[in-house]
Amino acid sequence: MAHKIVKSRYFGDEGLIETMAEVPADKLKAWGPGTELKIVGKPVSRLDGYEKVSGRAVFTFDVILPRMTYAKMLRASVPHARIKNIDTSKADDLPGVLKILTLKNCPKIPWHWGTTALFDEEVRYEGDEVACVVAETGQIAEEALGLINVQYETLPFVTDPALAMKTDAPKVHGWGNIIDEKPSVYSRGDVEKGFRESDVTFEDTYSTQIVVHNPTEPHCSVAAWENDKLTVWDSTQAVFAVRDTIAKSLSMPESKVRVIKKYMGGGFGSKLEAGKYSVIAAILSKEIGRPVRIALDRKEMNLSAGNRPDSVQKLKAGARKDGTLVALSQSSYGNVGAYPNGADCSTPLRTLYKCPNVQTEEYSVLTNLGRSRAYRAPGHVQGTFAFESLMDDLAEKLGMDPLELRKKNFTEVDPESGRPYTSKRILDAYLQGAKAIGWNEKRKPAGSEKGRFRRGIGMASQIWWGGGGPPAYCTIKLNQDASAHVLAGTQDLGTGTYTYLAQITSEVLEIPLEKIQVTLGDTETCPYCGLSGGSLTAPSVSPAVRDAAEQMKMKLISAASAILETAESNIKYSEGKMSKLDDPAKTITVSEVIGEMHERVLVTTGAREANPEGYEINSFGAQFAEVEVDTWTGKVRVIKIVAAHDIGRVLNHKTLLNQFHGGIIQGAAYALLEERVVDEYTGKVLTTNIHDYKLPTVQDTPEIELIVVSESDPLISNTGVKGIGEPAIIPTAGAIANAVYNALGIRIKSLPITPDKVLMALSEKI
Amino acid sequence: MSKDSKNGGISRRKFLQGVGSGIIGTYVLTPTIASASEKLTKNAEKLKLTVPVSMTVNGKGVHLQIEPQTTLVEVLRNQLGLTGTKVTCNNGECGGCTVLMDNKAVYSCHILALDCAGKEITTIEGLMTGEKLHPIQEAFIEHDGLQCGFCTPGQIMAAQALLLNNPKPSRQEVLEGMSGNICRCAAYPSIIESVLAAAEKTSGSTTTMK
Repeated sequence: MAHKIVKSRYFGDEGLIETMAEVPADKLKAWGPGTELKIVGKPVSRLDGYEKVSGRAVFTFDVILPRMTYAKMLRASVPHARIKNIDTSKADDLPGVLKILTLKNCPKIPWHWGTTALFDEEVRYEGDEVACVVAETGQIAEEALGLINVQYETLPFVTDPALAMKTDAPKVHGWGNIIDEKPSVYSRGDVEKGFRESDVTFEDTYSTQIVVHNPTEPHCSVAAWENDKLTVWDSTQAVFAVRDTIAKSLSMPESKVRVIKKYMGGGFGSKLEAGKYSVIAAILSKEIGRPVRIALDRKEMNLSAGNRPDSVQKLKAGARKDGTLVALSQSSYGNVGAYPNGADCSTPLRTLYKCPNVQTEEYSVLTNLGRSRAYRAPGHVQGTFAFESLMDDLAEKLGMDPLELRKKNFTEVDPESGRPYTSKRILDAYLQGAKAIGWNEKRKPAGSEKGRFRRGIGMASQIWWGGGGPPAYCTIKLNQDASAHVLAGTQDLGTGTYTYLAQITSEVLEIPLEKIQVTLGDTETCPYCGLSGGSLTAPSVSPAVRDAAEQMKMKLISAASAILETAESNIKYSEGKMSKLDDPAKTITVSEVIGEMHERVLVTTGAREANPEGYEINSFGAQFAEVEVDTWTGKVRVIKIVAAHDIGRVLNHKTLLNQFHGGIIQGAAYALLEERVVDEYTGKVLTTNIHDYKLPTVQDTPEIELIVVSESDPLISNTGVKGIGEPAIIPTAGAIANAVYNALGIRIKSLPITPDKVLMALSEKI
Repeated sequence: MSKDSKNGGISRRKFLQGVGSGIIGTYVLTPTIASASEKLTKNAEKLKLTVPVSMTVNGKGVHLQIEPQTTLVEVLRNQLGLTGTKVTCNNGECGGCTVLMDNKAVYSCHILALDCAGKEITTIEGLMTGEKLHPIQEAFIEHDGLQCGFCTPGQIMAAQALLLNNPKPSRQEVLEGMSGNICRCAAYPSIIESVLAAAEKTSGSTTTMK
């Protein structure tokens, strides 16, 4: 099938991405609603299940190479300082130490958009990289760290973004602490006029905490050279991004850098970029002529591996008596740590509902703390909590059912662009979700419950991009025995990518799953696919796989028509066999076709098609929470979450359900448990292990009911898939907070909703 | 299950005291080894002395020469190549490194290898018979009790310890038995179902599913 280059656009973690991409010249007919599929969508068990449950799966963390050496990073012990001197002589003398890299002997490689270097003479947060030791064993490297003497000239620091924004605050870099020196602003209509014309207005300030990804597999790399060629095993969500960064950092051709990621122990956004450690491992490995392994420990993970920025969001809504939204405004700021990143979170407010007058102003603030990074639905999680709390407050003030208020302001077109959505089934989500939670029967007026344990029900809506887009490619190699090898340069983070890509191949070529092998995450053997984040993987890659498989089928039919000397239109393909329609006895198999062609392998490469012009592609949903608050202890228990979502087509019901479980439980932990705590007097992070940093355990599992209200979105792509990774987490905290309000009649406006806040709020009410 | 019982009776406090003061310094392995003097330990560390230790790992006797401060997980991963056992926190907090010691679940990052002298250790690799999966492993695939898979060996070993002690756990007992193992992907609902299903398979009779 012919391909062409077109301009296409999609939304990712970092906003709108416009791209020139190679796409199929002719679009395949989409698997639309009602299309009967045999294996796609079925709850197939993971194809990589055996490796994972047997312990055979080799994660980057487990890669052991002959003559391997071990590196450990020395990190700044102070939040802000200039390095006056680094004395490594004692550490150098330690038997087993092979090389120590510091700013003295490392080339000045720019990092974080040139705001720092791989090693910089200024360190800007507790945990910033100072030196890296490679040794015969990890223990020796660790011991050597303690022998390095760093003389710091300490500098003033700031960790609180509110203080950092003040003009006399210590500067994290030489320049001001507000990124771009100005807020990012958005406006439509006339918001002041809108508020004047509103019958009811409500305004309040909501805040959220910093949370840390803490994937189970630490960030890690193993780097090994063969002459001028470098291979890096990396626990990453973006093999090609890591390859490009390493190649650029080391000024070498991209073709000479191979990045491999087979299994990875989670990322949630923290592994979307190359880490300094990957480049440093490569440099050290080159210098000592041996493979270098580096893995961050849990403390480093909590200091240096990224986090979701916090937020302070001042919101205002204006509405008519009947609930019609007239105006919305947001002014907010968030802590992005020591190096540039964004903390914007206003998209839900701008796009969830119809509203003519909207204005937002957002500040991303630098402080002397570890840098924020994309974390599962960046911006939307904190934004949705605040905005959906505000909507609940507004409903209360209007004397309206909060669900009715949301329905009242439903929009069929994107309120920013005016373009229609390819599909939007949020009203179905409201209807079915409300029914499943018992919205009408069980929900009582806010605060009407008495007694020690008080139950409440709340809900929140969700919007996310997640439609994916090109470029994404897939190569299928079909062997003479009709076994297929599927290759795509994407990543499986635990999301089931290996499995659903095999399902698609199996669906089209009618080959059993046992005969399909999927290879992902290898920049040398796989065609390009983008990063795995932003719920982009399934909607970007699945259509490319289908395209490659359909091309293979056409190739086989074409060959069969030549061999059987009949028109292609007279060939029927079924279960790896091709027969003449007018003479079904004349049948040949895939093996015979490939044999007749004197080949051993047939190869096709498919591509993700362009996104449709004139539409917005978004996923939608609503979650409903039932909680119980213990008014004696202040503890909130989530009893049940109903998640009703429009996510296009489901590729694998089993892995989908698991993804939703994960998103919802992470969302509930965001609402109730998790928080990075910093001592502002010393600039030290106090929660650097997972005892003090509260991760949810199996005991924090509520009952979860998933309702998928969509069948397929045929306008987006040939598979009709929208991503699901982020939608699952977005509305959870808002729904829980609104349920807590419903239980108590008191609004907790700052996350996490910990027992002390609940008890304080209750005591203030008395 | 409390942390203490999970750690085979060695409390976190005691263990940390042990590590802090160092342990060992003699070439003779005896049960009293943990009380060896601090001075000898320091000398051993300074001289990088290694000591022998013998234990049974996955049914086979192993004889190793180790530095006294080596933890069980380091021996398993670095010396025996059993990388199925993962290190996630290295601090006795997450259960990623759970293995069985004399059929009880322990955090192997939190146990000195010397304290395993004469013990029977079972890792995820030892749960299998050749290439054949154990029923708990099969249940984790069937009920999708995993996402990224990094915590999965630890989860399965915790489940095995639970079911060895309590072949027909209630749902609440599963929650308690598995609460020492963190899954950051939060595949918890599927993990619960996997363990309950495994219990049903291995106990050979029906148990309460909910």
